[in-house]
Amino acid sequence: MGKKKLVVVGAGMASGRALEHLFEAEPGEWDVTLFNGEPRGNYNRIMLSPVLSGEKTYEDIVIHDDAWYAEHDVTCRFGEKVVAIDRDAKTVTGEKGDVAYDKLLIATGSNPFIIPMPGHDLDGVIAYRDLEDTNRMIDEAAKPGAKAVVIGGGLLGLEAAAGLQLRGMDVTVVHLMGHLMERQLDEAAGYLLRKELVGRGINVLVSTNSKQILGEDGKVRALELENGTELPCDLLVMAVGIRPNTALATEAGLACGRGIHVDDAMVTSDPNILSVGECIEHNGAIFGLVAPLYDQAKVVAQTLIGEEAAFAQKELSTKLKVTGCNLFSAGDFAEGEGREDIVFRDPARGQYKRLVIEDNKVIGAVLYGDTADGNWFFGLIKDGTDISEMRETLIFGPAYQGGAAVDPLSAVAALPDDAEICGCNGVCKGTIVKAIGDGATDIPALRATTKASASCGTCTGLVEQLLEVTLGDSYAAPTAQPMCGCCDHTHEDVRRLIKAKGLKSQAAVWQELGWKTVNGCPTCRPAVNYYLLADWPLEYQDDPQSRFVNERRHANIQKDGTFSVVPRMWGGMTTPDELRAIADAADKYNVPTVHVTGGQRIDLLGVKGEDLPNIWADLNAAGMVSGHAYSKGLRTVKTCVGKDHCRFGTQDSTGLGIKLEKKLWGSWTPHKVKLAVSGCPRNCAEATCKDIGVVCVDSGYQIGVAGAAGMDVKETERLADVATEEEAIELATAFMQLYRENAQYLDRPYKWVAKVGLDWVKERVVDDLEERKRLNEAFELSQSVYRKDPWAEHTDKPEEFAPVADLTQIAAE
Amino acid sequence: MSWIDVADLNDIPLPGARVVKTHFGDIGLFRTGEAQVFATSNACTQDGGPLSEGIVHGTRVACPIDNSVFDLETGALLGTGEGHLQTYPVRLDGTRVLLERESVLARGAA
Ligand SMILES: Cc1cc2nc3c(=O)[nH]c(=O)nc-3n(C[C@H](O)[C@H](O)[C@H](O)COP(=O)(O)OP(=O)(O)OC[C@H]3O[C@@H](n4cnc5c(N)ncnc54)[C@H](O)[C@@H]3O)c2cc1C
Ligand code: HEM
Ligand code: SF4
Ligand code: SF4
Ligand code: FES
Repeated sequence: MGKKKLVVVGAGMASGRALEHLFEAEPGEWDVTLFNGEPRGNYNRIMLSPVLSGEKTYEDIVIHDDAWYAEHDVTCRFGEKVVAIDRDAKTVTGEKGDVAYDKLLIATGSNPFIIPMPGHDLDGVIAYRDLEDTNRMIDEAAKPGAKAVVIGGGLLGLEAAAGLQLRGMDVTVVHLMGHLMERQLDEAAGYLLRKELVGRGINVLVSTNSKQILGEDGKVRALELENGTELPCDLLVMAVGIRPNTALATEAGLACGRGIHVDDAMVTSDPNILSVGECIEHNGAIFGLVAPLYDQAKVVAQTLIGEEAAFAQKELSTKLKVTGCNLFSAGDFAEGEGREDIVFRDPARGQYKRLVIEDNKVIGAVLYGDTADGNWFFGLIKDGTDISEMRETLIFGPAYQGGAAVDPLSAVAALPDDAEICGCNGVCKGTIVKAIGDGATDIPALRATTKASASCGTCTGLVEQLLEVTLGDSYAAPTAQPMCGCCDHTHEDVRRLIKAKGLKSQAAVWQELGWKTVNGCPTCRPAVNYYLLADWPLEYQDDPQSRFVNERRHANIQKDGTFSVVPRMWGGMTTPDELRAIADAADKYNVPTVHVTGGQRIDLLGVKGEDLPNIWADLNAAGMVSGHAYSKGLRTVKTCVGKDHCRFGTQDSTGLGIKLEKKLWGSWTPHKVKLAVSGCPRNCAEATCKDIGVVCVDSGYQIGVAGAAGMDVKETERLADVATEEEAIELATAFMQLYRENAQYLDRPYKWVAKVGLDWVKERVVDDLEERKRLNEAFELSQSVYRKDPWAEHTDKPEEFAPVADLTQIAAE
Repeated sequence: MSWIDVADLNDIPLPGARVVKTHFGDIGLFRTGEAQVFATSNACTQDGGPLSEGIVHGTRVACPIDNSVFDLETGALLGTGEGHLQTYPVRLDGTRVLLERESVLARGAA
């Protein structure tokens, strides 16, 4: 007997899953022809939103690639639509020809609904459904100053808006109803969501009706609202709903309502034609989320191979895939007779939880802010669990049931198997857990079998927690010092988890790592702010409110509340013009004290806070920038005059110092970093007690690191000897970046090197050329954001440094 | 009670602070939530540090000079040591921040 001929119309998520089931059950028995309107195979449509926001690429979201189709002998006719079905002849007609079928599977999904208002056919008016739409949005967002309007404040509209905004577009959402996502959220959660989006800079208009789309030369120009307001835009995304795509089925005379009618076995009104996905109607319901489609796919595959199966509709839950917006909704949450609400609000945390109870069962749940318990509530809804016993503490989630406290290990327990635990050796959780299962039940054994924690050791805390989670009470982890009272993790663990879990905002860190305070404390918040900006230079925006006063004011606060101002003098070099400008500024702002610092800079002490932007503007005008004398970042590169002037000089020490300073300035580091370059071993620049110190010799440059001259005094250790300036700069930069990526906040390089060992540092910075290159590139990437003068950014906003009101001008009554 | 309009909510960083000058010294306006503002004397009771320059966390602030932590709701110094900040009634009207007139002007007249 020949193979059974199956023709599939539509290569979407539903038919893709159905084919997987079919090939698994009856491999080699089906001859499949797969048509798809889109010029590609099955990809994860849901993940278009992360593609739009830049968190993923199209390649990341492909479900079935060419190899998969080849392996299963699928004849792919992508980019070709099926235009007709001849049910009597049992053939379908594609744009490029006919194919015969024994069984036909219609999986045409749905079409986005376009409101037929005037202007809807202008160029620049798009829906949000496929890769083409997504790419169009990405292209438009790349144009400087581009504006977008999104009509529709539901799931799709908001994911589009958030993605476009992340790409730098000015975005307005226009929503007809009174609150966002009204189908999934109640008003309170809708409010919190709106607040979050507005806080990110997205305009959100609710209860707003659109009148028409205005164009110019055939391209969209603005959206006109019913009240006459015009919202200018270069792109208009319509995300107002979807309609099952039934055109082909209707044409072929199959029974259709809103969707293609199917029975429980997913068979249409023609016994040889089946249908699955968003295009169907089952018992009066249509579908718009993948969970039920996957259930249908299983059933349709079973029907095809002749097994009995029936599709049953289940409760659905929704999450919004906008990074940082945590919301969850499931079941029915309309108010009604006999229904009771349990509500928990924490305005400080922006949390809102509401459970709807009927007959001692949870029938609906809306969570905003903290959705960790969403799946647990969803389980209670699906299972119809009687909750009368746990009613009092129900809203606090499973952790409270039975009185157990929240488990500090839960963050590690919740990590997926592929989360990277050990960055040095690329060992993931799955590997470690498996090794523990195989008998490696302590750290040395795990190091030997998996290499996890065998290199720099910063992941040791996490590996220990994995041992504890996996082995339970039989393993007692040594208790490590947590960062502060706000959490149970050490600095090292927090750094690792930020990387492993891809945490890119403070809110994500607080939430995901179980912070016990609203927004940290003065100990952890500056540290977390640093870790985030160091790990995600492009994604995370530095938060001045999480910095100590000096870094927020870009000046050092003095005992009396005044500030000190230190302009940068590259490599300790200055000019008569610069000195004149400094002298003028000192006069103009009545600077009481002028001091020459140990790092070869001039310090103007005693400047009033409100004068800062003005004195900076004056110094900027003379070509000077911030000296960052206040920062946990690059401070100064001190030099001696070197071979141009000194008879002992071997190399151009000032020249190298200036180059190093121009390369490294502006970068933030775990603690301050000071450099020096001496022109010969007489070492007039004191390079051998710096964080990075270069001593020039006849044969080139001796690079020392991890020196100290503070509370501790310590000579640098030799990182390497190199022949050229370029190499010296490359090594210094790589060392800086390795320190930036790995050290604990407020550890100077010498402390950090003592923890990880100089050999570990050398391996990466000196020996491994590829890693050295990566470190240099990562540093440059970060510098593309941070190599800029913070003073210049504040000179036009002097009011921010002044009192917000002066009541001494108002007489009392 | 009569009120005096001193600032817009959006002029105060979140979480963060601004200063209002009065005849009897600076008042710190501390914004601890979307629509939550406290007003206290701005000088740390220990060494006089300007609290408005400190790190605001929860409903507390840490002095930028000596790290003393104060509860902004009550003005109390937390931890060891004695000290109490003067607190002032604040009201929000939309996004406007208002201080109670008597309490912020009276002493200046005296
Ligand atoms: C941006 C976005 C985000 C989403 N997020 C979520 C989410 O978070 N959670 C969730 O559960 N769901 C989400 N969804 C919905 C989910 O993607 C859909 O429910 C699912 O993809 C539908 O699968 P399907 O196979 O029925 O249809 P589709 O995946 O749409 O596949 C149908 C295919 O059929 C093709 N086709 C149509 N007509 C013809 C024809 N005549 N000839 C040939 N080919 C044809 C189309 O080109 C299309 O490729 C999201 C959808 C979008 C667009
Ligand atoms: C669901 C996903 C994953 C699971 C279940 C998993 C599990 C495993 C298992 C069982 C091993 C073999 C261990 C052994 O040899 O005894 C392994 C090895 C390894 N995995 Fe994963 N892994 C996953 C994803 C990943 C990812 C995404 C990465 C990279 C980021 C990764 C990196 C590694 C490395 C580097 C090794 C070799 C470790 C070594 O022996 O040095 N894994 N993993
Ligand atoms: S370090 Fe050497 S080269 Fe530099 S000034 Fe001193 S003696 Fe001269
Ligand atoms: S040595 Fe001590 S007193 Fe002198 S500036 Fe440094 S910290 Fe202040
Ligand atoms: S991260 Fe595991 S040893 Fe360095």
